[in-house]
Amino acid sequence: MDLSYTSEEEEFRARLREWLGKVLPTLPPKPSPDDWPARRAHDLGWQRMLYDAGYADVHWDASPTTRLIFLEETEKAGAPYVGANFVGLLHAGPTIAAEGTPEQRARWLPPILRGEEVWCQGFSEPDAGSDLAALRTRARRDGDDYVVSGSKIWTSHAEVADWCELLVRTDPGAPKHRGITWLAMPMNAPGITVRPLRTLAGSAEFAEVFLDDVRVPVTNRVGDEDDGWRVTMVTLSFERGTAFVGEVVACRRVLGELAAEARRNGRWDDSALRRRLGRLNAEFRALWRLTQWNVSEAEASGGVPGVGGSVFKLSYSHARQELYDAAAEVLGPDSLDLGRPWMLDRLSALSYTIAAGTSQIQRNIVAERILGLPKGR
Amino acid sequence: MRFQLTEEQRALQAAVRGVVGRRSSARSSWLVAPRGGAADVYNPAPLQGAAAQPGDSQFRLDRALWRALGDLGFFSLRLPEADGGAGLGLPEAVLAFEEAGRALVPGPLLATHLAAGEVEGAATGETVVAAADGRLVEWMEEADVVRPGAEGAVPMNSVDPLTPLHRVPAPAVPDPLGILLTAAEQLGTAARACELAVQHARTREQFGQPIGAFQAVKHLCAQMLVRTEVARAAVYAAAVTADRVDIAAARLLADEAAERGARDCLQVHGGMGFTWECEVHLLLKRARVRAQRGGGVTESEELLAADLVT
Ligand SMILES: Cc1cc2nc3c(=O)[nH]c(=O)nc-3n(C[C@H](O)[C@H](O)[C@H](O)COP(=O)(O)OP(=O)(O)OC[C@H]3O[C@@H](n4cnc5c(N)ncnc54)[C@H](O)[C@@H]3O)c2cc1C
Repeated sequence: MDLSYTSEEEEFRARLREWLGKVLPTLPPKPSPDDWPARRAHDLGWQRMLYDAGYADVHWDASPTTRLIFLEETEKAGAPYVGANFVGLLHAGPTIAAEGTPEQRARWLPPILRGEEVWCQGFSEPDAGSDLAALRTRARRDGDDYVVSGSKIWTSHAEVADWCELLVRTDPGAPKHRGITWLAMPMNAPGITVRPLRTLAGSAEFAEVFLDDVRVPVTNRVGDEDDGWRVTMVTLSFERGTAFVGEVVACRRVLGELAAEARRNGRWDDSALRRRLGRLNAEFRALWRLTQWNVSEAEASGGVPGVGGSVFKLSYSHARQELYDAAAEVLGPDSLDLGRPWMLDRLSALSYTIAAGTSQIQRNIVAERILGLPKGR
Repeated sequence: MRFQLTEEQRALQAAVRGVVGRRSSARSSWLVAPRGGAADVYNPAPLQGAAAQPGDSQFRLDRALWRALGDLGFFSLRLPEADGGAGLGLPEAVLAFEEAGRALVPGPLLATHLAAGEVEGAATGETVVAAADGRLVEWMEEADVVRPGAEGAVPMNSVDPLTPLHRVPAPAVPDPLGILLTAAEQLGTAARACELAVQHARTREQFGQPIGAFQAVKHLCAQMLVRTEVARAAVYAAAVTADRVDIAAARLLADEAAERGARDCLQVHGGMGFTWECEVHLLLKRARVRAQRGGGVTESEELLAADLVT
């Protein structure tokens, strides 16, 4: 067991740190969470800067440890997170890289890296969330096109996306997991209506997407027809990979800020609160260690992170909620003021035990795939 | 960064597991023997007696096991080779203690390990050393040496039938190393609790199917694994850094994984879990004894809180 980094990795860290120190002060301020076009421009601008400096493809091509360092350093320096680029960079891009044809890779990958195109994820439907394979959005073949009808929901960033990684049912007669196909759908195609949904935290982070005879060229299909479930599993394994690394770093920073605030406002004298923050410190330290362990394991096995991601996500999503609950205790009555720091995050944190597979679904995965318990009926 | 076990570390883990596992197979022996009885014969009656009668040491330590552990290098692991040790480090010691915790090896393992190189015969397992930790001494009457001495020690009616306890008036200062190795034992117990629960959930049937197919049971098991794996990362990392704050964090998570894990394991076993018929209660009771070592959790929490403002 070794927690030290190689000299190459340390060099990468030093170079990155120096670059961040130079460029971050030149960045425009973060736009308001409600201003989607501005957010898109901001996030893509950042991606373009990364591209020009040679860091754009760190999520795809670098070793897991290098990626860990990248996420750690960018978060520590307060750099923007992937934001609107999330799906392109962390889901669709890696999926296309692994499963796409050379033409598809050439068409879609460079614009993602250069910060020119935004992707969204059209997996969930009103009647197919946890039971994703129950999806009903239909696609029928018509010449060189699929004609798609149905609706998707909770589609993050749909309003500003150029492309959608879309799951459709191509064979309604086939068993649930078989008749599904993975398509790249241009969001400007006729027949698409996006209805923004307001989240509990206030902003219109996601949307409902209605698809009315939308034509998608057959050449936009990634993987074979009716083989979309397998491709989806590839996508989801990327989703649960290192997605939360930067956030653990951020939580540790927030914890330090909470302690400082408690000292300032006198709450620090409350030993119960102090001990609660101490316990959270233990949890986030452990989650950071678990991240290092998982990254190390991914590096050793040379592949995609395994179900270990579910263990991490379960623990992290709950710890994050506890962190912001502790913030409310530090703030007391001021915790009801959304203008205070952390209090919007406290609301957003509630989505972490739902999005990307609810805690209940994650526990099923851990119990059945790691512990080998029988499947329920 | 290569935060994984090395080949050598895996081999060591397997070797320790082999020795302690062989001797605690099934429920035949808890590695102690009733006075006058043969080691390796499990007889619940004296165990129950031990729990009922304060301070009566009905159990003698399995000296043969102690020497077997000595031969294996369990106590001398971290001594330099020049002094007859294996010259290994904290990570190796942590792996060995994890295995001991998994098998619930009774006896003052920690005190003897910490005495290696300081007390004649401790390193080889010839001498059994007990020590005051906080306000408690484990296995005082069976030990050859008690450090630093136990003036005014009073026997207790120990909650754990396999850990006789004495209370001492003056608290001893906790050793961070002891806290870490205790956390490693807790980790082993947490892992064992999860294994036992899963085993039971796969085989016990109700309503015409294994209870492990019921989600309520499945989710208890999944959480046991989650707590164990998070604790494992913390304990292993603390073994690498030997940092006091890392050790405090490891301790809190490992205590919780062991105690909660044993309770969930009991729940999964139903009525049987509440008896002396299976091992679960011993996991729980030992976890509680260990949680009192190293000054209790408050100190660790305060240390971690102080770390946030420095
Ligand atoms: C902020 C946010 C962003 C999202 N972004 C996207 C996106 O960009 N693209 C996309 O496709 N989706 C997205 N989602 C959707 C997300 O993946 C789903 O919300 C999630 O998978 C749960 O599905 P559901 O909402 O239909 O809830 P349901 O599946 O209806 O679940 C409701 C409750 O029932 C429980 N439940 C369901 N099945 C089981 C079971 N088998 N065992 C035990 N309990 C069960 C769940 O745990 C939950 O508590 C997003 C969600 C959120 C909150």
